[in-house]
Amino acid sequence: MRNLTVARAVAWRTLHNVFTNKALVIPQLAFPLFFFAAFAGGLSRIHNVPGFDFPENYTSFQFVFVLLQSAAFGGVFTGFGIARDFEGGFAKRLLLAAPHRTGIVLGYAAAALGRWLVTAAFLTVVGFAVGIKVGGDGVDLPALYLLAAILNTAALFWACGVAMRLRTMQAGPIMQMPVFLVLFFAPVYVPLNLLNGWIHDVAVINPVTRILEAGRSFIAGQPTEVAAAFGAAVALSALFSVWAMRGLRKAEAAG
Amino acid sequence: MAHPNTIEVEGLVRQFKKGPRAVDGINLRVEPGEIYGFLGPNGAGKSTTVLMLVTLLPPTAGTARVAGYDVVKEGPAVRATIGAALQEAALDPLLTGREHLRLQSALQALPREDRRTRSDELLERVGLTEAADRKVRGYSGGMKRRLDLALALVHRPRVLFLDEPTTGLDPQSRSALWQEVARLARDDGVTVFLTTQYLEEADVLADRVGIIDHGHIVAEGTPAALKAEVGRPTLEAIPADPGDLERLRAILARFGEPSPSSKGGAVRLASADGDLAAVVRALDAEHVRIEQLQVHQPSLDDVFLAKTGRSLEGAADDDDGMTMGSAQT
Amino acid sequence: MSTTLDQVVLLARRSVVRTVRQPANILGPLIFPMMLLAVNSGGLKAETHLPGFPTHSFVAFALAVPFIQGALFATMNSGTDLARDIQTGFLNRLSLTPMRGAALLAGQLGGAITLGVVQACFYLAVGLAVGVRPASGVGGVFVLLLFSALIALAFGAAGSFAALKTGSGEAVQSLFPIFFVFLFISSMNIPRNLIGVTWFRDAATINPVSYLIECVRSLIITGWNGEALALGFGIAGLVAVAALTLAGRALPQRLAR
Repeated sequence: MRNLTVARAVAWRTLHNVFTNKALVIPQLAFPLFFFAAFAGGLSRIHNVPGFDFPENYTSFQFVFVLLQSAAFGGVFTGFGIARDFEGGFAKRLLLAAPHRTGIVLGYAAAALGRWLVTAAFLTVVGFAVGIKVGGDGVDLPALYLLAAILNTAALFWACGVAMRLRTMQAGPIMQMPVFLVLFFAPVYVPLNLLNGWIHDVAVINPVTRILEAGRSFIAGQPTEVAAAFGAAVALSALFSVWAMRGLRKAEAAG
Repeated sequence: MAHPNTIEVEGLVRQFKKGPRAVDGINLRVEPGEIYGFLGPNGAGKSTTVLMLVTLLPPTAGTARVAGYDVVKEGPAVRATIGAALQEAALDPLLTGREHLRLQSALQALPREDRRTRSDELLERVGLTEAADRKVRGYSGGMKRRLDLALALVHRPRVLFLDEPTTGLDPQSRSALWQEVARLARDDGVTVFLTTQYLEEADVLADRVGIIDHGHIVAEGTPAALKAEVGRPTLEAIPADPGDLERLRAILARFGEPSPSSKGGAVRLASADGDLAAVVRALDAEHVRIEQLQVHQPSLDDVFLAKTGRSLEGAADDDDGMTMGSAQT
Repeated sequence: MSTTLDQVVLLARRSVVRTVRQPANILGPLIFPMMLLAVNSGGLKAETHLPGFPTHSFVAFALAVPFIQGALFATMNSGTDLARDIQTGFLNRLSLTPMRGAALLAGQLGGAITLGVVQACFYLAVGLAVGVRPASGVGGVFVLLLFSALIALAFGAAGSFAALKTGSGEAVQSLFPIFFVFLFISSMNIPRNLIGVTWFRDAATINPVSYLIECVRSLIITGWNGEALALGFGIAGLVAVAALTLAGRALPQRLAR
């Protein structure tokens, strides 16, 4: 119960700081939109490549990637805020004040999710406005958003663990680069069956590939690999939650 | 013919756009080889004055000549004659101390064959020979200040401007810097214009002191002369019962000139020994209980207090918009 | 009195030394574009099957992009370093020497150009290592290096202008997303004539970065394409002139002497 109180306070403060600061809100909304425009707009002809097996349009195909990317980077950007809190000394205030410090991490996770929900809503409105097509009866769509939400949490836990260990804004690239690589070593531009060579091999073992392909199957109304996708997302979340909690202990020990 | 290394300022004004009049018509003259201490609280106009004299900030009105050259019309000539260690140490954290000196000496067009010798000499002089090949980001505050001074001396300037050179330094570093500044003036005949908010620094180092407040010079002279002006010791008393304050002041007023006191009553005594005992007897006779009784010998703070009604050491609350960045606007 | 050239050389040397001593400023421009090249080459290889795609090798097609990305990094590094000099007061220290204002700018940009050419050599070496052979031959390689120097100058001057105007490293960094947008809404990943979405194709057509990419690309996959070279050099030259003019105007205001 106390953890929830702490989490709520931390989440409120983080969300308040983000949504009252244009310099934080605008990139959060603009960047996914920009990638959506660049990929769906610029590369739409790829849909014509023989073997491109996706029942809906390329815009829908890329919408899923952009949604998941926004979720992952939403977690990372909240991680930047955690690093800033440590560098500026505010984190000490949180550590001193919170009776149950696990709540601090949960609070940041809740804030990351809250931030992303706004981005997701914005992207969804834009997506429908530019013509994404949702297959089947649309019942599968919430599953796509749930997957993205779990990915957001996993990314936040990863970034939180890094931030709490390094406690400096210079940890930004360390938080960001692995997430970037993991996202882009998945079938970003074409389905998995159209990749070959080393990139195909890497994509096959990349857990984000399961999540991405399942997400695309949801939007197409033909869900596949659902268990694998949710399993991968939950496993990543669980793994990085341990990483984050251990990071918290290290931050406590450092004083 | 070389111009004498004087500093002459007449009616100097600096008005910032939509901002305060940071320097409001100051006049001063610094003689060759003199150490002139420019003393004042934060925001008084010290750094703004320095920036104008080193040609980094154009005056709004008035004239200033450094080593005989006009700071507005003959900027390059002024810069060739002066060295400056400004408020920020202004160092590149990625370069070593030696690299800084090489760069500075090259930009100052020292002959190539002299650059290494001059660098080594200055490093020795400021005690940085051992740290010379370490990057500046690893230097302590004191080391940075010493390197800053060395860089200001590379081209053997005739006039040296030091803007709060010992702020943030430990007592040992401060003392070392004072010694070097005194030596420059004494042995090399360098004219030194030094701004400071530390009374002791002005007292120990400066031949003459100008006290600036809100852009005006409120007092000028040797430290001894300024203190003598304020003159006799001041006795300050704080009553145990605040309700006795007026009675206390009335009693003290019988023994000399009342003096401003933020905490109680104060009087400038005719002489410390005799009057002190008499004051105590008078207070006792009137049953005024005293919490604290102090005798102050005159200090530059007393001079400031006498001229402005405020204590210099407590006057750090003024706006300080006079940083290098804002001075560029 | 040292000559302007002496001062330029001094300050250019300092600019290079500073960059070399900040590993992130070296590794970033070298590694990040190569990572993106690897990812895109693998992920977009299928694009070569599209009718009208100009080459069978997507690596050869995409190799042009790092040259432009490298120039963006030059902008950021050049501008951030100059902004730091302003913020720390080091620029004032330089102002008090006989240093000419033009030498400061030229020195800063000399460093950016040097690093731009080194980066270009690296990208070329990687391309050669993975089997790309520039269709324009040895002569084309020299032209490519010359072009790299020109765009490093152009973008470096833009970064310097931002630094001189704002005096703030954060303001310079905030330009990065803007340049990034110009890079992505271009013919970076697909030839302009194969862009299916009209608005995107139109945007890429009016985007000057498309022509910079196409200039480099033509030297790698086509050979000697006069139109592409003229457009690329012309636009880079215009950007350089505009940015240098703006930076030159901002400099005296910043030096304030």
